[in-house]
Amino acid sequence: MRYSRKLAGAAYAAPVALFVLVFFVAPLLLVGRMSASDWPLLSGDMGLNMPANYEAIADNPLFWPAVGFTLKYTGIVVVLLIGLSLLLALIVADRRKGSGFFRSAYFLPTTLGLASASLLFFGFYSPAIGPLDPLMEFFGLEPVSWLGTPTAALWSTVVLIVWKFAGFFMIILLVGLQSIPPDVYEAARLDGASRWQSFAHITVPLLRPALGLVLILSVTGSLLAFDQFFILTKGGPDNSTVTVVQLIYREAFQRFDLGAAAAISVVVLAALLVLNLAQFRALRKDH
Amino acid sequence: MRFPNRPNRVRRAASAVAVLSAAALLAASCSGKGGGAPDQEVVLEGVDDGTTLTMWTRAATEAQSQALVDAYNASHENQIELTVIPTDDYQTRVGTAAGNQELPDLFALDVVFAPTFTTAGAYLDITDRIDSLEFKDTLAPSHLDVGTADGRRYLVPHTLDLSVLFYNKDLYAQAGLDPEQPPTTLAEFAEHARAVDALGGDVEGTFFGGNCGGCFVFTWWPTIWAEGAEVMNEDGTESLLNSPEAQEVYATYRGLVEDGIVAAGHNEETGATWTGRFPEGNIGVMPMPSTMLGLMPEDMNIGVAPIPGLTGGQSTFVGGDSIGISANSEHANQAWDFLRWSLEEEQQVELLAANGDVMARTDLADNEYYATNPNAVVMNDLVQVGRTPYSLNFGQTFNDPQGPWLPLVREAVYGDANADLAALNEDVTASLAS
Repeated sequence: MRYSRKLAGAAYAAPVALFVLVFFVAPLLLVGRMSASDWPLLSGDMGLNMPANYEAIADNPLFWPAVGFTLKYTGIVVVLLIGLSLLLALIVADRRKGSGFFRSAYFLPTTLGLASASLLFFGFYSPAIGPLDPLMEFFGLEPVSWLGTPTAALWSTVVLIVWKFAGFFMIILLVGLQSIPPDVYEAARLDGASRWQSFAHITVPLLRPALGLVLILSVTGSLLAFDQFFILTKGGPDNSTVTVVQLIYREAFQRFDLGAAAAISVVVLAALLVLNLAQFRALRKDH
Repeated sequence: MRFPNRPNRVRRAASAVAVLSAAALLAASCSGKGGGAPDQEVVLEGVDDGTTLTMWTRAATEAQSQALVDAYNASHENQIELTVIPTDDYQTRVGTAAGNQELPDLFALDVVFAPTFTTAGAYLDITDRIDSLEFKDTLAPSHLDVGTADGRRYLVPHTLDLSVLFYNKDLYAQAGLDPEQPPTTLAEFAEHARAVDALGGDVEGTFFGGNCGGCFVFTWWPTIWAEGAEVMNEDGTESLLNSPEAQEVYATYRGLVEDGIVAAGHNEETGATWTGRFPEGNIGVMPMPSTMLGLMPEDMNIGVAPIPGLTGGQSTFVGGDSIGISANSEHANQAWDFLRWSLEEEQQVELLAANGDVMARTDLADNEYYATNPNAVVMNDLVQVGRTPYSLNFGQTFNDPQGPWLPLVREAVYGDANADLAALNEDVTASLAS
């Protein structure tokens, strides 16, 4: 009996295991093998060349600037996204008249694909076809080069990302807020706690699991940033907005060197692994 | 590691990694190179037996490809299924498919990328077929040259896109310039741009894509060629882009930028919208692709002229697409039937010339459509003198936004006026020779 139960369990797990094996483990091993090989896109595997692809990373003049930029971008986006989504969640948490409308309004940008949203903003920022410059002129302001300087390009992209994702993270935090029992606030109020004290000593600690999830998602997502920069800035101006994933794309599909691209992928994967483990550990400690 | 409910951003960003993995899988499955088309008897005139052929082209030249395919399908038993791929993704798609030997029977390619693919064996050798064409000597020579590797021919010209000066005759007249006298030197070009710009208001002298490597090579190199100078050595392995001639081109445009003669947005223009400015009617004169002629507003009074050298002469960048039969096609004779047919006089004149496009042949300019379209004649005549640069690493050096060409040209135009370009030119050479 026990044996057949075990067999049934294995049978249930098999499809998922097969899926993971084919679509996660096998590609992972392949990327590892690729990163150790001379592997041009057009001619395929030309044999092992370890450690040439990894050595080439250190010689790539774009690599460290890309790492620095990706970290800087991640820092800015994570702080703004978490701050704003928390604020939005607090605004729409109470069941007041109109809160349903605002929830939908804040969430709407999430339903748009990132590539479509990026193209939309590209149009907005464009001096050729965008409405922003004529609008500025109408109000007597100097037109702004929204993507023309490194600083402007970075912040224009940050605005897009915050607009696009704040609503999504708001929903996660909203669910967290609603799972806090009202009795706790009630008790605090009876004890004479101020609104700020309630927020700092009840809301934030009890919201921690939701905040942790938002943190991990936004950090990982930002470190893997690609589409928005690929469409809005193409890494420019003057290579000031090149992210690490853009480098992977460039090696694979501009320089047709899958080996070099795989080597950077492996390095990024290792870094993400370490970072996520550290985040999980830190969050677990809090419990 | 699990990420439940991954948001779109994470999923999309991760998709870059997924694409890589997919490419890895594809590449792995074909690591044993070889195979390809089975031995087929070559039929020089082609075969029309009702075969279904697949064909890829990029969006930039869709109109011309579609017209040819539609007319072929309507008049032949063979049927071609044309797939149009976004221009920015084209290299990626073709590269991945080539690695996996999953190319369509026919695929066009931005001619500057041709050497990368011909030398990698992605195309079928069609030397004998091309030699059998009675009009072989009239095919656009620079396209044929770039489609040749080790003396073997792989490509024929498909859709030609030349860089030429477009100028607005109405604005010229308003600025007191002669609308029938386009610039004949680069200095004159700058002079005309300044004169039109002086009209003020919404009117601007000129425009260019200042953050677009492909735009720079397409529109500025002809001036260097017209002056008799070169941009690379013959093998395409050494950059000559800090020559005195090149530096004078940069300096001329730098002067226009400094004096506010260039319409706003040039600094950030990555190439997506650079040709959209002129048709609005507020730009005096600028170099643009010849394929734009058919897309101009009908009531616009436009002149077209060759891109001049520094002191005279003229040249053009003969861009556009070349086309060939993929090495793994099992229908080479049928595919050749389409290529041969597409180059015949009737198709060239009735489908391309009728639309104001440049033809793939140089011997057909005397036709009824060009008789009423002098601008098209100017463009077509340039095919003879124009150039198509050759380098195995063209894309990654000049078109890639992170390539070494953009830093060189941007330093020269926007950077320190006394910058030493030698080191930046070395970077370009390093990429060409890698």
